[in-house]
Amino acid sequence: MKSPLVEEEEPGTVPDVRPVPPKPTMMAMSKPLPVPAQRTAAPVEQAPARIAVRNLEAGYGNHKVLKSINMDVPPRSVTAIMGPSGCGKSTFIRCINRLHEETHGAWSRGEVILDGQDLFHPSIDPVDMRRKIGMVFQRPNPFPTFTIYENVAAGLRLNGFRRGAKLDERVEKSLRRAALWDEVKDRLHTAGTGLSGGQQQRLCIARAIAVEPEILLADEPASALDPVATERIEELLLNLKQDYTILLVTHNIQQAARVADRTAFFLLGDLIEYGPTNDLFTKPKDSRTDAFISGRFG
Amino acid sequence: MMQTNRAVYRRFKNRIVLGMMALAVIVCLIPLAALMTTLLSNGLGSLSWSFLRQRTEEGAGVGNAILGSFLILLAAAVFAVPLGLALGIYLTQRGTTRLASASRLLLDVLSGIPAIIVGVFIYTIVVRKSGFSLHVGFSTLAGALALSIIMLPIFARATEEALKAIPKTVDEAGLGLGLPRRTVVLRILIRAASPSILTGLFLALARVAGEAAPLLFTTDKSEYWPSHGVKDLATLKPLTEPISSLPMVVFNYTTSPKPELNAQAWGAALLLVIMVLTIRLSTKAYTAWRYGGKDGHV
Repeated sequence: MKSPLVEEEEPGTVPDVRPVPPKPTMMAMSKPLPVPAQRTAAPVEQAPARIAVRNLEAGYGNHKVLKSINMDVPPRSVTAIMGPSGCGKSTFIRCINRLHEETHGAWSRGEVILDGQDLFHPSIDPVDMRRKIGMVFQRPNPFPTFTIYENVAAGLRLNGFRRGAKLDERVEKSLRRAALWDEVKDRLHTAGTGLSGGQQQRLCIARAIAVEPEILLADEPASALDPVATERIEELLLNLKQDYTILLVTHNIQQAARVADRTAFFLLGDLIEYGPTNDLFTKPKDSRTDAFISGRFG
Repeated sequence: MMQTNRAVYRRFKNRIVLGMMALAVIVCLIPLAALMTTLLSNGLGSLSWSFLRQRTEEGAGVGNAILGSFLILLAAAVFAVPLGLALGIYLTQRGTTRLASASRLLLDVLSGIPAIIVGVFIYTIVVRKSGFSLHVGFSTLAGALALSIIMLPIFARATEEALKAIPKTVDEAGLGLGLPRRTVVLRILIRAASPSILTGLFLALARVAGEAAPLLFTTDKSEYWPSHGVKDLATLKPLTEPISSLPMVVFNYTTSPKPELNAQAWGAALLLVIMVLTIRLSTKAYTAWRYGGKDGHV
């Protein structure tokens, strides 16, 4: 239980020694994609993906939100999930840390494979698994009544990490990593909710990375922030991708273009197109993608 | 012309409505002001150092009743707090189940039961020394049980509301850190809701602090100090003995034929109001100091 937290190594260097896959892995996607089975099988074998999603379906009650998604996410990169409201992008990343199933009436099937292991397998404890997959939410959500320090330390403390110099170190490191340390180092013991929106969101990022996850899910992390705070969050994500595999949900086309190495375009629960960001924006293969990025809908 | 007429009429209407609202406020404040002035003018005369310190023997003072009131309230809180917290947590975590709706209905019914009925009920099953009863006799324990039954619905619903007011995303942030649900609820949500929960507790305490009816059948009255030192308290023996309390003093002295005791009843009533106000204001001050906001809102 304790071991993954007590380790002293840098987060990214621990288990992941596989080479970064060659960049244009998904070139096989050139034709329009009506048949899901064909899109995936081939490229996976060639390039080891950090996260491989297979035939993922999810929804609430009778309502199906995701229709058989197949997708490979390479390690140490930012992958943007883009699409209009209600296309299932949030549901998609909430399936990856199995937070989706915590909602009343929610269901999901298919496979989400992290390092060769299916996260939906009955032997997987979602609680342990979520320690490897950090999440940042749409609105900054620091724990109310917790101080800045306590917010960052919460994931460690509540998992049995002792108070003391080591914890102080971890908190400082996480806050530095989230580019917040200099702004809060003199007020660590004041309420986290007393910070500005942008600072709160960086505090939430610090809280997420304090438990040293390997994957970072960000669900429209800047949608509640002003342009300056948004820019800082984006810089931070670019910085963090050296160590983390980041999945970024955004409804903001420009944000995907600025931050992401690869971009996926979701529409009405389908993965319409997925590939290197540059290719997707300069020569989209699907007319709907083209329509979306040129602002004709969404 | 038309314009100005309308503006004049509108301003006139505005003044009339404002005047009516001010009148309503004054009408509401009159009973409160009348009550406080009567209480102060009749009660202040009885207040003295010896009145606070001496026992109720031969109308010397109300010291034992003050202490008794605190002890009964403390014991009532000991019963009501764990149960109310558990109920509040249950109602928020399993709020959609049938059992939860049934509990909610029962709590509402319970809060509508007159205090004197609760007193008679506890008398029958705890105090009474014959028949189907615990045969405890008139005691602090019985009084605390009666008051805790009255407190329970208030405190449980306050806990439920306090927990409900914590945004869902705080819950998800906790789960996203890889914490088990019990840890999220007990260590994060309860703490985040603690200012409102505390306010609920002290509202419930203030509500029962002035109850005489349930104590009439459960604690009786006593002319002695509730305990004869720490050793005596440690045996819990005082819990099973009759105890004095401010509401009982007010009740007994008001109906007494002796004018000096009638005067003391006013003094005790004033003390009771001061006690309730102190509880209320100190909660407010504490939550403001601890959590840096008005109570309940951080």
